[in-house]
Amino acid sequence: MKKILALLLAGLMVFALAACGTPAEPAETEETETTEATEATETAASGDTIVIGVYEPLSGDNGAGGKQETLGMQYANSITPTVDINGTTYNVKLEVADNESSNDKAVSAASTLIAKGPSVILGSYGSGVSIAASDTFGAAGIPAIGVTCTNPQVTDGNSHYFRICFLDPFQGTVLANFAKDELGASTVYCLGQLGNDYDQGLINYFKQAAEGLGMTVITDSFPEGNSDFNSYLSNAKNQGAEVIFAPTSISYAQMIVDQAAAQGITMPLLAGDTWDSNVVLAATQGKDVTVYVTTFYAEGGDVDFENGFKDWINGDSTNLANNGGDDMIAAVSVMGYDAYYVALEALKAAGSADPADVLAALPGVTYTGVSGEIAFNDIGDAIRDTAFVKQANTSDNVWDFVKVQSVAE
Amino acid sequence: MSAWISANLPYLLAGISVGGQYALIAIGYTMVYGILRLINFAHGDVFMVAGLIMVYATASLPIYISVILVVVATVLLGVVIEKVAYKPLRSAPRMSVMISAIGVSYLLQNCALYFTGGLPQVYPNIPFLSKVVQVGPATTKMVTIVTPILTLVLVFALVALIKYTKVGMAMRAVSRDFETSELMGIKINNVISMTFVIGCFLAAVGSLLYFTNYNSVIPTSGAMPGLKAFVAAVFGGIGSVPGAVIGAFIIGICENIIKGLGWTVFSDAFTFVLLIVILLVKPTGIFGEKATDKV
Amino acid sequence: MGKKLTARKAPEQKIGSLVAILCIIALYIFLFCLDNVLPASNGNVQMLITVLKKGAIYALVCVSMNLLNGFTGLFSLGQAGFMLIGAYAYAIFAIPADQHSAVYQYFDGGAIQFSIPEVLGNVLGKNGGAFLGALICIIIAGCVAAIFAALIGIPVLRLKSDYLAIATLGFAEIIRAVFQWNGLGKITNGSNLLRKYTNFNDIQIQVGGTIFKLGTIFPFFIATLSILIIVLLVTSSYGRAFKSIRDDEVAAEAMGVNLFKHKMLSFVISSFFAGVGGALLAMFQTTVQAAPFRSSMTYEILLMVVIGGIGSITGSVIASFLYISASEWWLRFLDSGGVTLFHTHFNIPFFRDGFRKVVFSVVIMVIVLFFSRGIMGDKELSFAGMIRRLRGKKAVPAAEGEEDAQ
Repeated sequence: MKKILALLLAGLMVFALAACGTPAEPAETEETETTEATEATETAASGDTIVIGVYEPLSGDNGAGGKQETLGMQYANSITPTVDINGTTYNVKLEVADNESSNDKAVSAASTLIAKGPSVILGSYGSGVSIAASDTFGAAGIPAIGVTCTNPQVTDGNSHYFRICFLDPFQGTVLANFAKDELGASTVYCLGQLGNDYDQGLINYFKQAAEGLGMTVITDSFPEGNSDFNSYLSNAKNQGAEVIFAPTSISYAQMIVDQAAAQGITMPLLAGDTWDSNVVLAATQGKDVTVYVTTFYAEGGDVDFENGFKDWINGDSTNLANNGGDDMIAAVSVMGYDAYYVALEALKAAGSADPADVLAALPGVTYTGVSGEIAFNDIGDAIRDTAFVKQANTSDNVWDFVKVQSVAE
Repeated sequence: MSAWISANLPYLLAGISVGGQYALIAIGYTMVYGILRLINFAHGDVFMVAGLIMVYATASLPIYISVILVVVATVLLGVVIEKVAYKPLRSAPRMSVMISAIGVSYLLQNCALYFTGGLPQVYPNIPFLSKVVQVGPATTKMVTIVTPILTLVLVFALVALIKYTKVGMAMRAVSRDFETSELMGIKINNVISMTFVIGCFLAAVGSLLYFTNYNSVIPTSGAMPGLKAFVAAVFGGIGSVPGAVIGAFIIGICENIIKGLGWTVFSDAFTFVLLIVILLVKPTGIFGEKATDKV
Repeated sequence: MGKKLTARKAPEQKIGSLVAILCIIALYIFLFCLDNVLPASNGNVQMLITVLKKGAIYALVCVSMNLLNGFTGLFSLGQAGFMLIGAYAYAIFAIPADQHSAVYQYFDGGAIQFSIPEVLGNVLGKNGGAFLGALICIIIAGCVAAIFAALIGIPVLRLKSDYLAIATLGFAEIIRAVFQWNGLGKITNGSNLLRKYTNFNDIQIQVGGTIFKLGTIFPFFIATLSILIIVLLVTSSYGRAFKSIRDDEVAAEAMGVNLFKHKMLSFVISSFFAGVGGALLAMFQTTVQAAPFRSSMTYEILLMVVIGGIGSITGSVIASFLYISASEWWLRFLDSGGVTLFHTHFNIPFFRDGFRKVVFSVVIMVIVLFFSRGIMGDKELSFAGMIRRLRGKKAVPAAEGEEDAQ
């Protein structure tokens, strides 16, 4: 017995040592010592590679959206793999860390990313994980650019967190206006996931705006991992709702759409930017449901970009699989694409790859991207005043453009 | 009155339907516990794997062949788990076997995570079950009606099997007294394998019904239904098949009533409150026989 | 097993405890250097810090679970629930007053309008306040968890083996639901994140003009202290009573051990330290939320305890560091699409996201099935035992209590 024990211990030690050696290597060989290079000294970027960290959910409830957002960045990186800083050309390398859509995994994922020595971090899809990792990025002094995290708490009070998308107070107001003006609703049933900052935040701002417009709002929440939405949908029906507002993750969206169709619920389903996904669209096909979403980008906005992106997606089976199996362009991919270029602008403006310089340069960065003009206000949020409303076409598998809506209306 | 019915029928239908699906899982728990005194924590995950097999099988095979494949593969998986993870520990303390079950559950979830890439998989439509039908004032999927009927048919068949066949007699003997029945010439290993075959067969059928209803499979899909089914088994009196079924229906219906009342946060917790109450008030469950070592 | 350390103070034991103390001092010096001297931007240093912090927290939680499962023989699966209580209790009292309106944004700023670190900070200065405040909040966290445990223990501890396991598991789930309930939102912030409270980065001292970070030492400090208390408890007469209950309840009762009292004591103390562990985890994560404290978290802790050896404190400590390092750091390369050896990158197609976890769970299954005694069995790693073995004495199984409780 003792022998076995000793063997096991020895085995574990060897295993530990062997394993310890391997992971360190790719980081150092491939990035040509960027880890040392980005030490907060003037020797920054002495190598020829700059690392941009990608902090996204690649698995879990938000995995589908996170993968699409990452694709946008990877596409941008494939087009513009280098950046000129003060006359020197550097290669840009994307390092991806998976936060598993889970707030408790956020710190570990953020730490692995910081260990790769990034100059700036992009992400994440989903507000909760961004808030959860914010302090870790802040403590390491690395600036982060939120791509599609819409909750105000991401940037509020965090001088190192910036964001290129619109915010929930805006999106909630847009949706409330839409529900009242276009759908003629007087009672709205809101359904979100417990403990999800995106869901709860957007519902909260929607509720404020909708009640201001004189609508009745009923809110309800479901626990994580729930798959039975029949009772919630019955609740909506019984409480006289005319519209269901369900800004949930994509994985729940599928089930809500499917079960609403099965229960014969014909009232419109309204949701925010998360539902703008080909996965949700696929779930609506051939079903008697009405789905509206607000989003960052409507197809047809930039044809050159779209064609290039589609070719790139179709050219690689992994990319195609990550995009949900077809070449439809998700708004989050567009945002990921723009975020990458904002990061490059920031690097150029900083004149170095040092995170501290990038952080100092970021507030002044402006960029006109595929999704529109991007400039930061003093909190670090993008100044945006338009959102696109789209409706799912249940027979042709496309999103039909409905209108551009801004708060002023 | 009719307004009240049309408002509340959907909850009842959802409750009966999900109750029937819990029942099919709960039978696996109760039979394994009856014989091995083991809470098979991996059972819920076997149920989830059955769902994933269906997703992958239908990608290349016709739907009805896939259904057969799912049932066969799930049964095989169950037997393999028993042979690999539980059999070597038969003489070990009960805690070790339970830890092994937790380990298997962890392994199955992680394998599922690896193969699915962590993304929810859309469950295929089984044409007959997915059809939308009208039940009085409520609209629902065919599966809602099929589930309770199928569950009851299977349970009656199972009860008959346990009561009237030789295998069933052997099962009863083993669950009454492990060692004595071995001395009486019953091949314990065969009986245990048979238990896993039946349990996994029912879990596979349950997964077909459950995922047709909720059309999405994630690696943790099996965890909560598994726990609830176990609670159902305890509630009905562990070891008793009819008890597990009744317990499952009660849990399924109560859960949906709670959601209907607006206490959605507590819909999962309720199950566990029920568990603790039953353990304290009547630890043998409603149909359980006199316990010797539970309290 | 069974030899009392007070029975005879062999010279090996004196040397052993000296070595142990020296090792702990060396460890603390190393940790201090890690935070302050070594370059923080180095990837490996960064990962080491993360892994060490998390490892220390899990070591404490594992030892607390081992006290219950390994030493008292009570198979409880409620650990995640008590950690949740601890994490919340800590966070609620450590959120600065001016952050309440932001954190409790949906609940009008919440009901509690003060923060212990801040109140103390007014008297002791910012750093002193953060340190002492965090300490007090951690103790509160442990106490709240212990109170809950006492309440839950009254009905639940009457149950045995797997019924106890499933009942405690159920209670953990109920606790999780209660903490997510909006009705308590003014205190718990409903199901939303609690954040902005004092975390490891705030723990530092100022000597002269220089600020020294103590973010890595702090969790080790708390964990060492807590584990030391558990060790003292286990080697006391209470510990012997616990073990007698584990080995044979009927015999223990016949020998005059009050079963319920001792079970309750073990349950409450274990929960206290689970609560402390939860508070540390909250500090580590910088945000806390009820949703992730699922039963799978308890399973993970249980697997660490099993790997270390049920009934071995040093085993639990070693196992949790190994487990955390392997899962968070060493095995990450399995997810990265290939390995780089000798400056050449090999693409291995099945090395993709999630493969690490598959490998990991297979290793765990192998340990559970073939090495069910874990790394240490129910023995302890002690310097005294090592010295004895080096001298070639076929001594009795290593004396316990002197291990390096890092």
